Amino acid sequence: MAGRTLYDKIWESHSVGILPTGQTQLFIGLHLIHEITTAPAFDMLREQGMDVAFPERTFATVDHIVPTDIRSRPFLDSEAEELIQALEKNVKQFGVEFFGLDHAHQGIVHVIGPQLGLTQPGMTLACGDSHTSTHGAFGTLAFGIGTSQVRDVLATQTLAMDKLKVRRISVNGALGTGVYAKDVILNTIRRLGVAGGKGFAYEYGGAVIDKMNMEERMTVCNMSIEGGALVGYVNPDQTTFDYLKGRPYVPTGQAFERAVSYWRCVASDPDARYDDVVNYEGKDIEPTVTWGINPGQAVGICEKLPKPEEYSDPDGARKAYEHMGWQQGAPILGTPINVAFVGSCTNSRMTDLRAAARIAKGRKVKSGIRALVVPGSTEVKKLAEQEGLHEIFKEAGFEWREAGCSMCLAMNPDKLTGREICASSSNRNFIGRQGSPGGRTLLMSPAMVAAAALNGKVVDVREYQ
Amino acid sequence: MSEIVKITKVTGTAVPIKGNDIDTDRIIPARYLKEVTFARMGNYPFFDERFDASGKKKDHPLNDPEYNGASVLFVNKNFGCGSSREHAPQALYRFGIQAIVGESFAAIFAGNCTIMGVPTVTVSAKEMEQLMKSVEDNPRTEYTVDLESKTLSYGNHKIAIDLPETYRNALTTGSWDSTGMLRANLAQVKKTASKLPYMNRFAS
Repeated sequence: MAGRTLYDKIWESHSVGILPTGQTQLFIGLHLIHEITTAPAFDMLREQGMDVAFPERTFATVDHIVPTDIRSRPFLDSEAEELIQALEKNVKQFGVEFFGLDHAHQGIVHVIGPQLGLTQPGMTLACGDSHTSTHGAFGTLAFGIGTSQVRDVLATQTLAMDKLKVRRISVNGALGTGVYAKDVILNTIRRLGVAGGKGFAYEYGGAVIDKMNMEERMTVCNMSIEGGALVGYVNPDQTTFDYLKGRPYVPTGQAFERAVSYWRCVASDPDARYDDVVNYEGKDIEPTVTWGINPGQAVGICEKLPKPEEYSDPDGARKAYEHMGWQQGAPILGTPINVAFVGSCTNSRMTDLRAAARIAKGRKVKSGIRALVVPGSTEVKKLAEQEGLHEIFKEAGFEWREAGCSMCLAMNPDKLTGREICASSSNRNFIGRQGSPGGRTLLMSPAMVAAAALNGKVVDVREYQ
Repeated sequence: MSEIVKITKVTGTAVPIKGNDIDTDRIIPARYLKEVTFARMGNYPFFDERFDASGKKKDHPLNDPEYNGASVLFVNKNFGCGSSREHAPQALYRFGIQAIVGESFAAIFAGNCTIMGVPTVTVSAKEMEQLMKSVEDNPRTEYTVDLESKTLSYGNHKIAIDLPETYRNALTTGSWDSTGMLRANLAQVKKTASKLPYMNRFAS
């Protein structure tokens, strides 16, 4: 009998049973919530007179609407204030632990779960946010859900789910200098398409992934959903265990040893059977930039903008040209920018801030460019300040902000205006995503964002190595 | 416990929204996610594509009086990709859409629709081209999405539709609103939980 994947093993250990619909009732080991997608879910519980089945397995924080400059309450935005008050009321009424605005653990939900050691290998994890796949970096079966599903998890700690297929994606060899985890995932999406992962969980492996630290693996898993895959994961290994050891919610002593043995066993077997296998070489990846309106519309920094006919959906590419206003065949290199944003659940951790700071150190943001660095959590902010990264950024002319989702989706005051072009370390270049219907987003690694900020245009970060 | 509502058939006129990879940020811009309930979401579907900055109507199928009252939405590939926001299907549903026919759907979006009782069913690219043409030629055409026979009929035409069998079961048996079905098994849920070593922090 062929071996099993991590996905198979976790699915099996968390299956409660088969439902009358044919779906599996899947136990959810950890539920993370934030202010945006939860208020109606708690309302539904109240309407139906239900309690939270496992309140100790849900943790709450605020991230999406948090202002990153002045955080004093009440927020200037009355809708944001109403939303945070709703969450505060709900967690209190239903007995859910809450890392609020002034809590040392506050931060983007996909940054704090791992940072606190709440996210662990071998678990199922759900959150009302599509970037929940981030937690898969730990060998966790993690996925985003909608509000009605949040209600189901609150009421039952389970979900009605259909099993996915598993595609193994091996990135072999090594990455060149100036090429980062962000480039790996942007390339993966470019190769397999924004809908290529439909029906699949992505298992990332190969020498490039093996060598990555946990924060880099999180960047890769984060954008699985941008490739259409609900779930993305990396098998847990010594790098995973070393990262988790000593974190607040990770067991200690003998219990930690028992945990590690368990975690080792959930990794895919060497002879595991996959539904599909993809291989590519790390050396073939260049620093990568998106030029269009979905994350699959990307080019290497040395490439020219492709003809619409080169895509399987030429009309989609034409729509992208129409919105972005570029000329076919123009180089991406030298594309002007107005705003630079380092942050988001994709790239706002210490590894990301260090990479950006290394480029920014001793240099100046080009005059006229608005540049922001938004750490992913209050803890990341503190650690970065201990290392002096904030001074490097501030001296270079970047704004150094409080933790939150910020300009990734512009639900707080950090927004593009008009036709501004933003070099962004976030995950989505959708039309209107950064707060202006006419705004334009170029996705790239944090180091590339920093380099773009210094030059006021897209440059090759390898010039700084 | 909410009342059991079986969804077997949706009949009505249709509206086409063309293009692949239409993401949920386009379906509903994030600023509307700041509202604490879904109550007003029906005002916002495709807001920035339907209205300019001054609130003036733009050319968009959802603004076109010819398609007024449509309850079936025709779309192309990978509709609803991106953010998991249920506000997107809520906006379409509260606008009047009761079934979506497309070439394919993003996973979270299709799940959100199903749990709300809105079927998302697929047809081939060629069939979608014909469907969009039929509604453009005559916006008053009436379509019936029948989940029991897995067909879509209009005029003299009847074509096969597809959807995951589990979704079809959930809709046609009235268990799409899944909380009750899941909550009935709480004793078994606790048993499964007790076997997971992290539930007691690896204490033994």
